[in-house]
Amino acid sequence: MMMQIFASTLRVSTPLIFAALGGMFSERAGVVNIALEGIMLIGAFGAAVGTLVTHSPWLGAGCGIGAGVMLAAIYGLFVIRLRANQIVAGMAINMLAMGLTPFLCKTLYDVTGSTPAVPISERFQSAPLYLSWGLVLVCWFWMKYTPAGLWVSFAGEHPEALDAAGVRVNRVRWAAVLLSGVLAGMGGASLSIFLSSSFSRNMTAGRGFIALAALIFGKWKPVPTAIACLLFGFTEAVQIRLQGVILWGTEPIPVQFIQILPYIVTVLVLAGFVGHSRAPKALGEPFRRG
Amino acid sequence: MRKILQPILAVVLGLTLGLGVTWIAGESPWHVLRILGRGAFGSSYDFGMTLFYATPLIFTGLSVAVAFHAGLFNIGAEGQLTLGALAAAAVGALWPGLPAPLAPVLAGVAAIVAGTCWGAIPGWLRARRGSHEVINTIMLNFVAAGLASYVALYLLKNPDSQNPETRPMGAGYLIHQFGFFGGAPVSAALPLAVGTAFLIWMLLWKTALGFEIRAVGQSESAARVAGIDTGKIRILAMAIAGGLAGLVGIGEVLGNAGKFRLGFSPDYGFLGIAVALLGRNQPLGVVAAALLFGALHKGTADLDMETEHVTRELSLVLQALIILSVSAEGLWSWMKKRGQT
Repeated sequence: MMMQIFASTLRVSTPLIFAALGGMFSERAGVVNIALEGIMLIGAFGAAVGTLVTHSPWLGAGCGIGAGVMLAAIYGLFVIRLRANQIVAGMAINMLAMGLTPFLCKTLYDVTGSTPAVPISERFQSAPLYLSWGLVLVCWFWMKYTPAGLWVSFAGEHPEALDAAGVRVNRVRWAAVLLSGVLAGMGGASLSIFLSSSFSRNMTAGRGFIALAALIFGKWKPVPTAIACLLFGFTEAVQIRLQGVILWGTEPIPVQFIQILPYIVTVLVLAGFVGHSRAPKALGEPFRRG
Repeated sequence: MRKILQPILAVVLGLTLGLGVTWIAGESPWHVLRILGRGAFGSSYDFGMTLFYATPLIFTGLSVAVAFHAGLFNIGAEGQLTLGALAAAAVGALWPGLPAPLAPVLAGVAAIVAGTCWGAIPGWLRARRGSHEVINTIMLNFVAAGLASYVALYLLKNPDSQNPETRPMGAGYLIHQFGFFGGAPVSAALPLAVGTAFLIWMLLWKTALGFEIRAVGQSESAARVAGIDTGKIRILAMAIAGGLAGLVGIGEVLGNAGKFRLGFSPDYGFLGIAVALLGRNQPLGVVAAALLFGALHKGTADLDMETEHVTRELSLVLQALIILSVSAEGLWSWMKKRGQT
């Protein structure tokens, strides 16, 4: 049973890791990304449709990523170019994805609930899992040792300094938001064609927000964030395993308490009761050149 | 003038873009618009359902607006209204025999208290621990959903139903439903919502507390220099916001279902953000915006059956496009500049 929970933890954490890494780029560059949820959802849809059309999970995932980038571009247009409030626009992007996916589903397949099932031979077996951990290392290296990583950090911490150094802050932010579209789109793809067999309505079920929580829990750093994703994935795996299991007495274990634990811990961490987590200084502030 | 014109233009822009989407999908926008109008206002029942959906949106819109005036973002209305409804239903399930005037009052107070406490937590965390209310309220939404699911599935489970819901409350708890809406569950919660909007207007613009709330929202440092206990004001504002969201429980539990149904809210809490934004955080504007979003929610309900390609989720698309239009500060300042030259 322990081995099963461990394996299933690794699997269900995969979409969270992709999305949280995407959120990391955007937030480290100073753009709050509540829209992760919607980007994941449309990514999951794009990937399912793409795989059904091309019969290849890789091309399908490419379609999911494309859909994610498109939605991220709309988000970027509003929050970077049109200086919309990032939280309001992010919520609107989530609603847009929640509304568009059943609509497109009906247009394409004449049903609103879910896409047809992707045959098992055309789905991912384990590639996204390895890819996600590979990306954790790449992101760690990128943020720590490359100039581009430094630009991202400065766009989020001291945008004026970056601007004075001759780097366009909003270009860095655009790149970061689009990159978060790539990664969250891939997170959605791993939800629909890796963990399940089709896209179904609202299938992200809050995972974008959980990825955001993991990001904060992990102090906006790649490796701790990935470990936080594992923790959140673990509670999901335990909850699936323990559903209806009776350990003592006559009632099944109330899995709700396991389920809400990571959220409470996140609140405690943020409040500084357990460790400390500090947001990038210019997070949420639109940048206008002086 | 710009204050009223901008939201109206945003609604027109959002609707136009949204109907453009239906046009691309191969459905005549005019046809869709007619179905929307008929679905929302076609009969007294339809209009009643529009009002029924608008009622919780008034409460959540006010909730977001009050927090916003204190410079806080209340994303947590969803969790606050969940616990408010749960508390009202719990009172009714635990003491089903209470008589009429006492019972609904007690359940209503329970709803307000539960929402207030749940709202005060992120307020306290922000004021005293400095952690941001946006993330905390999102986290607390998940916690509230988990607690509600535990209570509805285990503690107060309805033994006569397969649905995840609490035991029905006694008959003494149910509040008056108006008869002239053809059976739509429009209850005394609607006048309560409108009256609450008036009270919030009084609070914000006619009382010292309201002045202090707005002062903290406009400039925390200036408010502190003026001798206002900004932390206390922020906690109070979030507590009031939570109580307002908790009031949703009255219309849903006492005025409609007679119990707590898990997942009864189609994201009333999140829609409250849109309602407050479109209503420019003014109580009257909130009421108007809530009516519009209630009408969109009801109007799109028939789209699945009456059109080939369009689904009821179009309401989400339309609402999203309206929010995006109204939030695009750059767009509005650009238009203003063009208007001046």
